[in-house]
Amino acid sequence: MSAAPLHSRTPPPDVFRPRLALRRRLGAAFAAFCLLLTLGALGVLFVLLAQVLLAGWPWVSRKFIANMPSVLTPEQAGMKSAIYGTLWLAVLTGLFSVPVGLGAAIYLEEYAGRSRLARFIQFNIANLAGVPSIVYGMLGLAVFVRWLRCDRSVLSGALTMSLLVLPVIIIASREALAAVPSSIRQAAFALGATRWQTVRHHVLPAALPGMMTGIILALSRGIGETAPLILIGALSYVPFVPGGPLSDYPLTSTGLRQWLSTALFDQFTVMPIQIYDWVARPQPEFHHLAAAGIIVLLGVLLGMNATAVAIRAWQQRRRT
Amino acid sequence: MTGAADTSPGLRRSGFAPMFELRAPAATLPPREPIICTEALTIQYGHFAAVKNVSLAIPPCQVTAIIGPSGCGKSTLLRAMNRMNDFVRNMQVTGRILYRGLDVYGPGCDPVELRRRVGMVFQKPNPFPKSVFKNVAWAPVINGYRGKVAELVEQSLRRAALWDEVKDKLHDSALDLSGGQQQRLCIARAIALQPDVLLMDEPCSALDPIATARIEDLIDQLKSEYTVVLVTHNMQQAARVSDRTAFMYLGELIEVNDTNAIFTRPGNPRTQDYITGRFG
Repeated sequence: MSAAPLHSRTPPPDVFRPRLALRRRLGAAFAAFCLLLTLGALGVLFVLLAQVLLAGWPWVSRKFIANMPSVLTPEQAGMKSAIYGTLWLAVLTGLFSVPVGLGAAIYLEEYAGRSRLARFIQFNIANLAGVPSIVYGMLGLAVFVRWLRCDRSVLSGALTMSLLVLPVIIIASREALAAVPSSIRQAAFALGATRWQTVRHHVLPAALPGMMTGIILALSRGIGETAPLILIGALSYVPFVPGGPLSDYPLTSTGLRQWLSTALFDQFTVMPIQIYDWVARPQPEFHHLAAAGIIVLLGVLLGMNATAVAIRAWQQRRRT
Repeated sequence: MTGAADTSPGLRRSGFAPMFELRAPAATLPPREPIICTEALTIQYGHFAAVKNVSLAIPPCQVTAIIGPSGCGKSTLLRAMNRMNDFVRNMQVTGRILYRGLDVYGPGCDPVELRRRVGMVFQKPNPFPKSVFKNVAWAPVINGYRGKVAELVEQSLRRAALWDEVKDKLHDSALDLSGGQQQRLCIARAIALQPDVLLMDEPCSALDPIATARIEDLIDQLKSEYTVVLVTHNMQQAARVSDRTAFMYLGELIEVNDTNAIFTRPGNPRTQDYITGRFG
């Protein structure tokens, strides 16, 4: 530039080489790359989903949901027992793993401090989250099925599944607790609150949405699991629901207790195992059944997630 | 007033059970008997001594300012007075802090009860993500306040000069208030517990000049009922609002005197250098 500088304090032009055009192009290229990856992943998912829907949608019917599985007549087969088995497993796994997981996360994050023991426990939980699910199946087989003599029951399955999802729940809940700003804890302590009051009234409500997300993801993963349940002996052909119909029992608390204890120790199957069994059969009718089963499984998972999201939204609205 | 409340100045604004028997009723104390007193206090984080051998007396119903450059230990000293340092790892305290004769780090002191008596306002406004009302009401409720909570909330918000601005949105989120309003809410929250002492850790450093002026006015009014210890790196603020000023440098207490004296006739050359802006 031969003209006078724009501003007397403009630095000499050779100190910076901004290369603005190149930087912008790089940014745009990276954005395009990310978009491509996203579309690619979604595309594969869409193709899979479309294939399943095409193959299975005609087979999804009230009959399919309400009937028991059938080996001889695929046209009459349903997955009632598998749906019930999955629901039983999901509810029981949640009942076992959520209180334990939240308790462990709160203890580790709010009470344990940085002691050597606490760090040892944290390290192990992180490792447990990465252990393959089949190993949990073997553990469940050894401990719950054989040693505790729970047999190949709903209870054994739920306990095994709880072990499987616990590390994920603990880690996600700890992350949620750690994300609560420490200024909130300080404010509460400075007002003469005990640690429990601080945690109960301020830290937990602030961490709850994150915790819920972690729990939903963990339980969803558990519901989709097949391998550990095959190991502990969930069956692929179960022509009854756990405990049998509730109407078979007297409408008293004793009846309810009988139903519950029968159900807990009944044999069971779950949806992924039922689907796996159908896929493995040679007749094409069963392949359509498998596709229909996948659609129902996805529906159940979506329903559970939607429920959890709704609970979370309700909690958040209530808090302000 | 009940009989117990007559003897104990901590209960003059009654509603809470007493924490411990005071050494002597306030009426018989000499007027300048310190309410908080550090004796050869040293606070270390690992091998680093943040506060070195500080002996400082805080007189009642006055504003004591602690000034000094960043990292001089003034916040550490302040946070030791209500044991908010307990949450820092590797912290060691030697020497003593006496609050009305009670050794704060001694076995007879429950930090939870101490913090109700010695309240704190932080540098950044930190209201709870709840309604304005719940922000003020929570601490009295968990500490077993026996009076009418709604009245206490109004009274505290009035004392903090915030009532007129929030009386129509008591049940809106406190996070919707401006920064200056949030800080006054934090002050209201602290005085709702009717503390003895209010510790303020650079309460205006995140605020604009107008909000700062309002907080300073408020501090000036509060000292008729509360003892205020104010940490600030703003010397003009110390000069404006405090009765006594302590100057700290590199963890040591260099000088403490009436604010007028500190700013007009500093006794130590380092104090003079600092207040004339030669360093810091």
